Amino acid sequence: MTMLSISNLHVSVGETEILKGLSLDVPAGEVHAVMGPNGAGKSTLSYALAGKGGYEVTQGTASLNGEDLLALDASGRAAKGVFLSFQYPLEIPGVPALTFLRTAINAQRKARGEAEMGAPEFLKTARAAATSLKMDFDMLKRGLNVGFSGGEKKRMEILQMAMLAPRFVILDETDSGLDIDALRIVSEGVNALRAPDRSMLVITHYQRLLDYIKPDRVHVLSAGRIVASGGPELALELERDGYDKFQRAA
Amino acid sequence: MSSVVQLKPRSTTEVQLMGSEAQAAQIDRAHLAQAIRTGDLSLLPTRRSEAWRWSDLRAAVRTMPAASPEGSPEGEGPFAAIHADGEIVIANGRRLSGDGPLVIEGEQTWRLRIVSTAQAGAHSAELAITLAPGAKLTLLESYEGEGAGYVCGFDLSLTLPEGARCERIVILNDAADAVTVSSAAVKPSPGALFSQTVVTTGAKLQRHETRIVHPGDGAAVRMDGIYMLDGRAHADLTSVVEHRGENGATSQLCKGVVTGRARAVFQGRIVVAPGADGTDARMRHSALILSEGAEIDAKPELEIYADDVQCAHGNTIGALDDELLFYIRSRGLPETEARALLTEAFLGEVVERIEHEGGREVITALVAARLLELGR
Repeated sequence: MTMLSISNLHVSVGETEILKGLSLDVPAGEVHAVMGPNGAGKSTLSYALAGKGGYEVTQGTASLNGEDLLALDASGRAAKGVFLSFQYPLEIPGVPALTFLRTAINAQRKARGEAEMGAPEFLKTARAAATSLKMDFDMLKRGLNVGFSGGEKKRMEILQMAMLAPRFVILDETDSGLDIDALRIVSEGVNALRAPDRSMLVITHYQRLLDYIKPDRVHVLSAGRIVASGGPELALELERDGYDKFQRAA
Repeated sequence: MSSVVQLKPRSTTEVQLMGSEAQAAQIDRAHLAQAIRTGDLSLLPTRRSEAWRWSDLRAAVRTMPAASPEGSPEGEGPFAAIHADGEIVIANGRRLSGDGPLVIEGEQTWRLRIVSTAQAGAHSAELAITLAPGAKLTLLESYEGEGAGYVCGFDLSLTLPEGARCERIVILNDAADAVTVSSAAVKPSPGALFSQTVVTTGAKLQRHETRIVHPGDGAAVRMDGIYMLDGRAHADLTSVVEHRGENGATSQLCKGVVTGRARAVFQGRIVVAPGADGTDARMRHSALILSEGAEIDAKPELEIYADDVQCAHGNTIGALDDELLFYIRSRGLPETEARALLTEAFLGEVVERIEHEGGREVITALVAARLLELGR
């Protein structure tokens, strides 16, 4: 069954059209990679799906389990189960990670008409998530991401993802700024969250990340459209031959 | 350290490095009590007075209302849940219990409630509080506007002898169409500690003034403020600290948020008199403007007549960071909650400086509730 369905999506930023008729289906339980050169529209795709202001959809559709995503604002999409792991996670001084997470979880639950998560369950889940990502629990008591290294910020993204339990995950250049050890820990965290009722879109420039997070399908994004799709071997081909032939095709 | 807001430094800060000719660190008084008593509006300052140029009291009180009748408060005040050793209630300018100056010995917490129940009435009152040497007072002061259209004046005199400590926490919750001037003269002796946090939601015109003659010599002053204004509210936080002795410290942090067509005024003035060497004075004002029609008038001033001092000041005004708002919303917080969370974090820096735990909790809850209101 298709979880995410994007059809003929056109997205403009200001006067410039970045996505020019992008179509993509991700079935439930699958992990798909979107690879592409700089400027192909990778970040635009993740922002447009997450609902960032300034990314104007001029044409096309995007739905999650048959529900129109484009009609919802960013928080509404999150409540439906969309989670974007940011390429550059932001710092929030004065808001401890624990406070932030609990507020976010309960805002989502409220939007879905569910009961709030109580403090004991929350703390237990947070401790378990921190342990599995090899994070010091005390880090969660400090301002979110404040003073964190690049690797720590990415781990915090995965921890948030684990706690928010989304149905559709977008990983935007999650490997950027990670050394090999951090990459392994983050990837293990992602892989642990693979599930039959959860799909993922891994957006990356390099094949390296896909050694750790093995995709079911690989798509090539060039000049705002998917120009090729294939199995995991397509990523290896791109690594070997580069994006040249796809950029020419586009 | 990064901030939750994008702030731009403003060029309104005036730093004057003067010679030896110190001017008296005085500002024009409101004379509101006299004007109420005599009905003579010409006593009130106008915008032609430098200290009142953004808070034209005369223009706000076009006609002086009749004297307010006796009043009795309905509410219990914002600090009711905190255990206190005593309470003074002043309703419509009349003190409901006791008289004369309040003398504090030992370690005590007092509530001071200035309640206005009048409909279009005018009233004023004054109170003197004196601490015994070495005494400690937590003063929980609230302005409670239960009426409407009133004019309220209040003068507080606070004397802190050697070694005395006072923390003053003030909540100004006036009626939206009220005119209120609250003025405090604080006289710390060497070795005394005075700290203050004022939290206000404004009024038609509201001025909160603090004047401190700082003796130095181990005395320390912290003077903070928070304003959260919407609609057509006006709030003016004005202070003058005059360092007259050596080795005194003053730390001032004022933060606020304005939306609608509200107007905030921050006038902070620190004067370091000739010979007040070793003075350490820091002042920072930082604010968020959430709407086009809102206005902030800030005038932080350092006047330094001594040579060997450490003084710093900053004045920044900005808006919430859109990137950060999107990050928070992408985690599931609706726009209003996301804005409130960031604004609360912004103001939290001031709240955290409150020493009295119960008082800090009251202010924390007040700020959170008020910010949700502002977001709607």
